[in-house]
Amino acid sequence: MFELILSALILLGAFFTLVGSFGLYKLPDFFMRLHGPTKATTLGVGALLIASALYFSFKTDYISMHEILVTLFLFITAPVSAHLMAKAAIHIKIKQVKRTQNQIK
Amino acid sequence: MLETTLLIAFACVSLAFLFSFMRLIKGPDLPDRILALDTLYINAIALLVLLGLYFQSALYFEAALLIAVMGFVATIGLSKYLLRGDIME
Repeated sequence: MFELILSALILLGAFFTLVGSFGLYKLPDFFMRLHGPTKATTLGVGALLIASALYFSFKTDYISMHEILVTLFLFITAPVSAHLMAKAAIHIKIKQVKRTQNQIK
Repeated sequence: MLETTLLIAFACVSLAFLFSFMRLIKGPDLPDRILALDTLYINAIALLVLLGLYFQSALYFEAALLIAVMGFVATIGLSKYLLRGDIME
């Protein structure tokens, strides 16, 4: 049972990491591309880290805190870096697809 | 069961690496390349976590934490450079 939960979390995490990077490759516009890595990939890595924390907490007797530290750091820094990248893109007036809303003037 | 799952997960994360790397090479503008680098370091953290599970060693998390900190600082620095033409004023 424990192995089943662990496997489900690992598969979910790997799948969302793949979806995020595929979105980065496939989407047509920088502001659309920003969605993939900052949401899907962060969720995927979060699921992988939770799986790892569960595994090492049950393998040894004490709670494994390393993974929680990495998760916390990643969840705090991902929005900050996404915000700064979007600001830089607006500043240099990046090319946009016609159907993106709120075009840069 | 866990072995098979880990192998599938390795395949998925490697494919994710490939997609990000293709965007890094192709990316028409500089913010695209910064975003691709950002994604690459997050993928590297995922791969390190999977390696830690595969080899059953807790040694990989220090490396993952270090990569997380360094990658964040690199992304901020590059974005600031595009924004102001200078990193520290």
